[in-house]
Amino acid sequence: MRQADIIIVGAGPAGLSAAVEAGRLGAQVVVVDENAKPGGQLFKQIHKFFGSREHLAGIRGFDIGQELLAQAQPCAQIKLNSTVYAIYPDKQVALIADGVHQETIRAKKVILAAGASENVLAFPGSTLPGVMSAGAVQTMMNVYQVLPAEEILMIGSGNVGLIVSYQIVQAGGKVNALLEAAPRIGGYGVHAAKISRAGIPILTRHTVQKVLGEEHVEGAIVVQLDDNVQPVPGSERMIACGAIAIAVGLTPLTELAHLAGCQLTFISRLGGMLPVHDDNMETTVPGIYAAGDLTGVEEASSAMEEGRLAGIAAAEALGYIDAGAAAKRKAQVWERLHMLRSGDFGSYRRQMKEEVIEKGRIFHAI
Amino acid sequence: MRVKEHPILSSLDRIPVVEIIVDGIAVPAREGESIAAALMALGRLKLRHTHKTSSPRGVFCGIGRCTDCVMTVDGQTNVRTCVTPVRAGMIVETQNKPDKGE
Repeated sequence: MRQADIIIVGAGPAGLSAAVEAGRLGAQVVVVDENAKPGGQLFKQIHKFFGSREHLAGIRGFDIGQELLAQAQPCAQIKLNSTVYAIYPDKQVALIADGVHQETIRAKKVILAAGASENVLAFPGSTLPGVMSAGAVQTMMNVYQVLPAEEILMIGSGNVGLIVSYQIVQAGGKVNALLEAAPRIGGYGVHAAKISRAGIPILTRHTVQKVLGEEHVEGAIVVQLDDNVQPVPGSERMIACGAIAIAVGLTPLTELAHLAGCQLTFISRLGGMLPVHDDNMETTVPGIYAAGDLTGVEEASSAMEEGRLAGIAAAEALGYIDAGAAAKRKAQVWERLHMLRSGDFGSYRRQMKEEVIEKGRIFHAI
Repeated sequence: MRVKEHPILSSLDRIPVVEIIVDGIAVPAREGESIAAALMALGRLKLRHTHKTSSPRGVFCGIGRCTDCVMTVDGQTNVRTCVTPVRAGMIVETQNKPDKGE
């Protein structure tokens, strides 16, 4: 059986960042990803990142992806088209490709960075072709340069809904309306202002009542919602559209963490169930780390920082860096993470993450 | 529907076009794109019918998890078209067509 110092599951921003840190410190790293291309969802992000210079603000997501990939390639073996289907005791990680078992690799440390998947919203007609996750629309138009329809209805006013709406306009499509069930816009004001300037009506307290069409989306009946989130009678109206994009949050992909026996906890505002971890991103199973959206849905910038933490910590545990030097590096990462988790939108994330980490600390103390 | 102009992305014009066979008809696709993207570029959103009720389905998640976009590819059923790249000469067929057996 092949051996590796560290197996990282997921070649997105968290996984690649972990690989860069651990690999540069001398660990022998294998990154496994089920997709044909590395980078996770970075390559469909054509917008400039937010935050400070340290967080690569002002650089577009796909350029960050290219840079990260260039850094990671000399640091690790990146194994694509390979799905991890089991993690056995003693950190034996089993891989499958095209439905056939490939190999089992025994690792000293495992870093789980599987990411998250988009939430579904159910309403009459929600299974019709043309009803898609906002992320799928984003992949189609920004990676393959294809629009599902000329006119699109967006549901959800978080940052994904706002940014993807703007990108639909950039791709030459039209967003006929953006619906938000809550009384307020969920995402950053600066994004909302941008799409308002682009002429997209943002309808708060609105939702889809049903989709029109037999074979594919041809329109939707939208309805206003009252204070109890109930439809206001008589407020129904038709909005023509050929596709409906759904941006109503993401859920961490915890299957492997669960399979490996990691203790999970439920934090609604971070996306639901997620693995408990400590300051080193180590889960409740010694030697198994987790990073990125899997440990709570945030942004690519924080996923990269968490990946770095996990990479440094795993390399430290293997003796590739002494405790003093590792502590210094980790402190720098934490400083940047705290900056990302500050302000109106970030401080609650810091609070929630601290709850998770407190649980992890208690677990490791026992 | 292909994106005609884009302020940030460079044009796909230089990417070679390959031909794939979809339900018996040869259609163009850009090398490297997913089967679902190639079909969406042709305006096709409906990719399959459900087994029991023949309801139409298309791409939902786009990352290979929901399996709503599956089609038969080169004789292999249930291939996730959103994560499977096209290949010249690939034979793609709709599963559970309602007119099957007629």
